[in-house]
Amino acid sequence: MNESATDRLSRLLAMVPWLLAHQGVPLEEAAAEFGIDQAQLVKDLELLFVCGLPGHLPDDLIEADWENGVVYLANADAISRPLRLGVDEALALIVALRALADVPGLGDRDAVSRALAKLEAAAGAAAAGAARVRVELPQDSDATVVRACEDALRHKRRLHLGYLVPHRDETTERDVDPMRLLHVEGHWYLEGWCHRAEAVRMFRLDRVVGVRVLDVEGSPPATARSRDLSAGLFAPGPNDTLVTLRVAAHARWVVDYYPVESVQERDDGSLLVRLRTADTAWLRQLVLRLGGAARVVDPCELADDVAAAARAALAAYDIAP
Amino acid sequence: MSAAKTERLLNLVICLLSTRRPLTKSQIRQAVPQYAGSESASTDPTGSTEAFERMFERDKDELRELGIPLVTSSQDALFGDEQGYRVDREAYALPDVHLEPDELAVVGLASRVWQQASLAGPAARALTKLKALGAPQDDGSLIGLEPRVLTAEPAFEALWAAVRDRVPVRFTYRTASTGQVALRTVEPWAVANWRGRWYLAGYDRDRGAPRMFRLSRVEGQVRAAGKPGEYVIPDGAPAPVLEGGAGDTQSAQARVRVREGASQLLRHRARAVHAAGQGWHELDLEYDDLEALAEELLTHGASAVALEPPALREAVVRRLRAVLAAAEGP
Repeated sequence: MNESATDRLSRLLAMVPWLLAHQGVPLEEAAAEFGIDQAQLVKDLELLFVCGLPGHLPDDLIEADWENGVVYLANADAISRPLRLGVDEALALIVALRALADVPGLGDRDAVSRALAKLEAAAGAAAAGAARVRVELPQDSDATVVRACEDALRHKRRLHLGYLVPHRDETTERDVDPMRLLHVEGHWYLEGWCHRAEAVRMFRLDRVVGVRVLDVEGSPPATARSRDLSAGLFAPGPNDTLVTLRVAAHARWVVDYYPVESVQERDDGSLLVRLRTADTAWLRQLVLRLGGAARVVDPCELADDVAAAARAALAAYDIAP
Repeated sequence: MSAAKTERLLNLVICLLSTRRPLTKSQIRQAVPQYAGSESASTDPTGSTEAFERMFERDKDELRELGIPLVTSSQDALFGDEQGYRVDREAYALPDVHLEPDELAVVGLASRVWQQASLAGPAARALTKLKALGAPQDDGSLIGLEPRVLTAEPAFEALWAAVRDRVPVRFTYRTASTGQVALRTVEPWAVANWRGRWYLAGYDRDRGAPRMFRLSRVEGQVRAAGKPGEYVIPDGAPAPVLEGGAGDTQSAQARVRVREGASQLLRHRARAVHAAGQGWHELDLEYDDLEALAEELLTHGASAVALEPPALREAVVRRLRAVLAAAEGP
């Protein structure tokens, strides 16, 4: 592990009070608490074991025992209380709590505001910068939807959802066993086992048009796995269609919003963008939305599709294209 | 090497916390065995004092950087001119926050919001400190909740630190509207995340005005262009930026005709739905931004037709013509 002496010191100063408050904790659990492996934890304990009060006679040293796989610590009075919160530590918690406090229907809002008040008081001057960092976890769906999802998660109940699929422009009815309620990339989603698809699905909460908690046990099958979102929400699959777009300079925000495979700068400031998508209907809607700032270069079926949609729409305005 | 240094620093902290009276450097040297055992001590007894003093100065700085309140005093008659050192135990220790089990649970949830190492680390450490105060935790109401801020912008870490420490910065930025790249020098005021993306607000020195920057358009390294605390953030300056940028918005009414059974997303948002005969419905929609509503209507193709206001109709038609022109273009 390539960490600095002060990073390690900072961990040890947090570890001692935590271990004193959790006597007999298994090594595994303690290692997980500090985000290190057990070998590193044992090295840390070995180091604590040789430190102590001036004089450094046996009675002066910290006592640490982890022989039976559980940790006991004693004789560490001088550092038995945690160091007060540093600026980054205080800001990280306060900014996140403020973001949670702004989400209607989420969690126990009363507990959030109580915790926030106590932390701001305890952090003192370290909390001053929190006004200069803001995270918004937007909630564009009904608070009742959030509450129903939370309720179903907590009590392991099945949910009945009315769900809009914009690309197909239809409302679908589904029974879902909830797994997670998560905020990713600016939106809230319910992830769960969908009985209609017989697969794990993510449902964007602002597209839920109806929700009911059913009086039915709602545990997903043991084989259901949460999606790995470390690569982002729109991580493309290998079988997705490869699309090439020519994007005008003023619409280059597109490459910030969607994961693209490659971007080629052109002399006129436009971009040649390649991206993969499982759903070309979505891409047709994107190109229409861009109102002429993008053109489908390839595949040509998609280009024709976009032109046909624009012609049909103009006809609906009684305007010949 | 690093382990020996950690050991020395930890013994130094314990030594300075456990003393009621300030200790002189020579007392500290006696009390912390790793100082006495420094390499040069055995070979060069006169140089060793210098080596010790240099080491002690560095150690003091590092403890202060960790936030350990090291106090220096030379008032004590016993020391004469010599300085004494100690750590004030009350100033050192986190006050007992007395978090209730449900409060500790939401703090835990808050600590997991961060996905960047630069904040996930401090958040986890802070949570550990609070848990060390001994309160039990009740996660019952938070099962399955994962609000998180997933961002990958490489400039985040440097700009967060610059806002925190008020350090002017210089970076290469690609302007959204033109795609042009330019070096910008900015006094950072605030960072904000909306819709999953990070923005920086600050005073642009070259343009002599406040500006907003999107972190994903920062190219390459962010470099310091001055000293910490070099500028003052004007009172209330970041407020419009932090509150969503757009400033005052007034909502207006639009009327849109949609095919029966189609345009579900618009229907869901409509304030009222009227039957219009011949397989059509009319929706009353509220909007803040006419251009944004026009863009949204485009995605519905022939299933949605803007009726009122005329400006909305024109905006949609203009865009549809542009889509066709682009599709049939060179």
